[in-house]
Amino acid sequence: MTSARANSETLSALDRPNSYIGKTVPRPNLDRLMQGRGLYVSDIELPRMAHVVFLRSPHAHAKINGIEASTAKQMPGVIAVVSGRELSTVITPWVGVLSHLKGLKSAPQSAIAVDRVCWQGEAVAAVVASSRAQAEDAAELVSIEYEELDAVTDMRTALDPATAVIHASLGDNLAFERNHDAGAVDQAFAESDEVVEADFVFGRHTGVTLEPRAVVADWNAAEARLTIYQGTQAPHMVQNIAALHLGLKESQVRVVCKDVGGSFGIKVHIYADEMATYALSKLLRRPVKFVADRVESFNTDIHARDHRCKGKIGVNRDGTITAFEIDDLTGIGPYSMYPRTSAIEANQVVNLVGGPYATRNYRARARVVFQNKNVMCQYRAVGHPIACSVTEGLVDLAAMKIGMDPIEIRRRNLISDNAYPCASPSGLRFEQLSHHAALAKLIGMMDYDALRAEQVALRTRNIHRGIGIASFIEVTNPSAAFYGVGGAKISSQDGVAVRLDAQGSVICQTSITEQGQGSESLTAQIVGSVLGVSMDRVRVILGDTDNTPYGGGTWASRGAGIGGEAALQATKVLRKNILDVAAAILQAAPGELDIVNNAVVNAVDSTPRIELSELARIVYFRPDTLPPGIQAELMATRHFVPREYPFAFTNGVQASWLEVDIDTGFIKLLKHWVVEDCGTIINPQLVDEQIRGGVVQGLGAALFEKCVYDERGQLTNANMADYLVPMSGEMPDIDVGHVVSPTMESELGAKGAGEAGTAGAAAAVTNAVNDALRPFGTIITEIPLTPQVVLTALGRI
Amino acid sequence: MPIVWAGEVTPKMKASAFAYARATSVANALELLTAHGEKAKVLSGGQSLLPAMNLRLIAPELVVDISELAELRGVVVKGGVLTIGALTRHVDLLKSPEIAAHAPLLRDAVTHVAHPAIRNRGTIGGSLAQADPASELPACMLTLGATIVVCGPSGERRIAANQFFAGIYETALTPQELLVAVELPVIPKSSTHFFHEFARRHGDYAIVGLAAQALVKDGQFADLRLGFFAVGDRPLLAKSAGKLVDVAVTPAVLAEASSALNDELDPLEDQQATPTMRRHLAKVLLTRCVSSLLARPDLCTGASA
Repeated sequence: MTSARANSETLSALDRPNSYIGKTVPRPNLDRLMQGRGLYVSDIELPRMAHVVFLRSPHAHAKINGIEASTAKQMPGVIAVVSGRELSTVITPWVGVLSHLKGLKSAPQSAIAVDRVCWQGEAVAAVVASSRAQAEDAAELVSIEYEELDAVTDMRTALDPATAVIHASLGDNLAFERNHDAGAVDQAFAESDEVVEADFVFGRHTGVTLEPRAVVADWNAAEARLTIYQGTQAPHMVQNIAALHLGLKESQVRVVCKDVGGSFGIKVHIYADEMATYALSKLLRRPVKFVADRVESFNTDIHARDHRCKGKIGVNRDGTITAFEIDDLTGIGPYSMYPRTSAIEANQVVNLVGGPYATRNYRARARVVFQNKNVMCQYRAVGHPIACSVTEGLVDLAAMKIGMDPIEIRRRNLISDNAYPCASPSGLRFEQLSHHAALAKLIGMMDYDALRAEQVALRTRNIHRGIGIASFIEVTNPSAAFYGVGGAKISSQDGVAVRLDAQGSVICQTSITEQGQGSESLTAQIVGSVLGVSMDRVRVILGDTDNTPYGGGTWASRGAGIGGEAALQATKVLRKNILDVAAAILQAAPGELDIVNNAVVNAVDSTPRIELSELARIVYFRPDTLPPGIQAELMATRHFVPREYPFAFTNGVQASWLEVDIDTGFIKLLKHWVVEDCGTIINPQLVDEQIRGGVVQGLGAALFEKCVYDERGQLTNANMADYLVPMSGEMPDIDVGHVVSPTMESELGAKGAGEAGTAGAAAAVTNAVNDALRPFGTIITEIPLTPQVVLTALGRI
Repeated sequence: MPIVWAGEVTPKMKASAFAYARATSVANALELLTAHGEKAKVLSGGQSLLPAMNLRLIAPELVVDISELAELRGVVVKGGVLTIGALTRHVDLLKSPEIAAHAPLLRDAVTHVAHPAIRNRGTIGGSLAQADPASELPACMLTLGATIVVCGPSGERRIAANQFFAGIYETALTPQELLVAVELPVIPKSSTHFFHEFARRHGDYAIVGLAAQALVKDGQFADLRLGFFAVGDRPLLAKSAGKLVDVAVTPAVLAEASSALNDELDPLEDQQATPTMRRHLAKVLLTRCVSSLLARPDLCTGASA
């Protein structure tokens, strides 16, 4: 590891002898989960709890002419069958727009469709019964009369005058358009030695969380209070939205988020069926449980990507990249999602294309259109894989055109490591990136020259292997610039409260959430390190709006960087407070004392002075023995939000080594490398596993995952047999390396690592496939790279 | 073969109500099947039946559980015949020394069947009765010349494998009959085999697969049986294999066999492949199979269909 951080004058709390920072320590929640003692929403049973099953539209676009439920209502166990109109008496519709995305429009969306359905899978009625099986039995007896309407399915023709307009009140099917023009693009292209163009196509895919979306909503009429148990990434956001649309004060809504079986951005949104479940609980005055089944998940969990992007690059024979230009088109389904909107991905693509490179000339257009398919929204690494694939695909095409090695063209164009702070042509501000250090490290890890030699040797034996490189930048630690400035009540700050209990253990309440990435662990590591107590004495409480400080939660790679810094600052205050009391007890000066291994010690020689347990006993039970005027404060709270930079950008580079079977079109991934720079690393294992997990999701996009719709808007592979998620058998070894450039915005210095793996994996694979296919003179710019796509490109079928 | 739920998206996780009976003997199972006919379903390993029930794709009134019938489990070799009980699990086939010695093709095939958890429960009888055209074992039965033994109200029927498979999920079994065993002729010691399938991920149903058994003498095939699967509505014992027997296999001979195979195939379209792609991959498999069995790598270079 190399550190770009200026050598600090004093040893910080993070560098203390017993620090957990930078150490791989087991997660505190591991035993609980491994022993089956996790608590997922599906595990929750409440007295009088009912189960809801949503009847869902089989059509992509249709009028609802009638709902006949009289037989179903007579079925055993049935409590109610509720239509959209009936539910609208307790919950209001919403519109998924944000004011800083200028021109973004959407139509009002209801919890359950009223009069019209706009995608296959939209809920049309709710069947509520005493058991799930009874609800399913009754659902079979509800008959709904539909009148099919023209479905808008192809994003390429969605804006044609001949195409039906999905929401007449909006005038057309254009949800959002953004144009950006920087530098002198036309002149740059005109003066370039070569200009290369390509069309990039990205399959629509989804997150496929192991645990489906699930909600238990419990309206307590006596308390006039709604408790929502939900696996969400943003409990306070859910609280705000539920209150807003149910006509409640936020204080009347408690959101509890226990264990979550995977999120990846899927669980950072508010879904119509979740809103309907809250509303049903209020309407029926009892707890209601909703658990999505797998088919339902495919049809209603947000989809992502599904972009078609034209790209253009100018290059000179010396390798200088002169300009980038893109024209991106994406279809987002019939509504912009709520409350984060569905324009963010396209917006990110415009922001991120060309981001690692020095050229100042960049023009972009992105258009976001409505269509009668499932809603699209933010999924892990929002926009990054599109931007990275387009940028890196174009860079490789440029290199190929001028006969330059892909590494060499990057060396000549990546922003220099000593050029920071600087800004990208799209206006992104970079504090400190390390593209060249990362690339150098990657080349060493993969032994680039040896691989090239192996590739040449194998070609003579008709074995076709390829190397693909992809540099990327990653948005992390978002400030209010992401959502807050656009009017969304999604907090960008996080808070942590720490307190010493009566036996010298620590209870820490944080507003970030845990979905398996290790938020609980990193928080305990920071608190333990800063305070000087062992991790097993730190208990972390998260995911409860009644019992944690107010904050954003865990998404957009913000947990460690923002929540971690709040934990650090809160613990520093607690530490000071403890030392103040200790000094009073010991008749010493606070500055002469330190806390090490759960005891107050002399700072100079670590001589033990008083155990924290003893100090706590005195403070809590014998405060009468403290000197007059001393009031101990063994609880401290601090909040943190980045202010100087809207986002803490990170960077990295990935490489793929693979083999293409030119007879079958099958691709075998042989090895994958990632070097990334997320600043201070709190737990190396957690970071590496985040990177690997992200890479696997990127590899899924590259080779396997695609939601296949037919021309009528029917999702034809909404099951785990036909929708192919990446499985361990096909995954290569993934080597991860780091360069460390801490952000100076926080004392902790941590940036995010959640998106890095996903950001560049597909680009590296696509570039590697094209490298392998070079002798055949074919270029593929479409993912997933299925055998069908590869064989077609090779002219074999 | 994966199922497409076009249009149907209303959630289904719990099976419709059904009656359950644990058969105490084959005779008892037959009584139940005779009484309930098409309204009953036989539960063996449950790896296809239970998901289908939970998805409400089928809703039997009665489930007849035969999993306790020990007499239907196990592998026996006697008089040149290998008898495999219907309840013999995939994992049993994988670990059986008798299978390894007398039908190693089956052992190789089973490694491609799904994943260990499924192989620990799924049975050979269940797989054959399910008759998924993309599954491995039905094709192996054709290749190995198996006889399927079934019991019904009027006694035992013995059905040649090539008469047994009748279409997608369709067999010669009547609702009153129970598949009890398969019988395979013990293969000659000098026989060799080849098994391969193209699947997007290990354990998935094949896009195209081939189970082959051969006798090679002096660099030529004295016998060659090619059981293709996932190439149509049922497994196919390719007649075009005949073009490769008792001849010196040259690229031209192989091309001719390949072309004959093309005429025999009637592949279906699904999410993973068009019929054209399936034909192409079947021919690639044929080439690789012949090349491997004859130890002739030269046949593979540049001869990829």
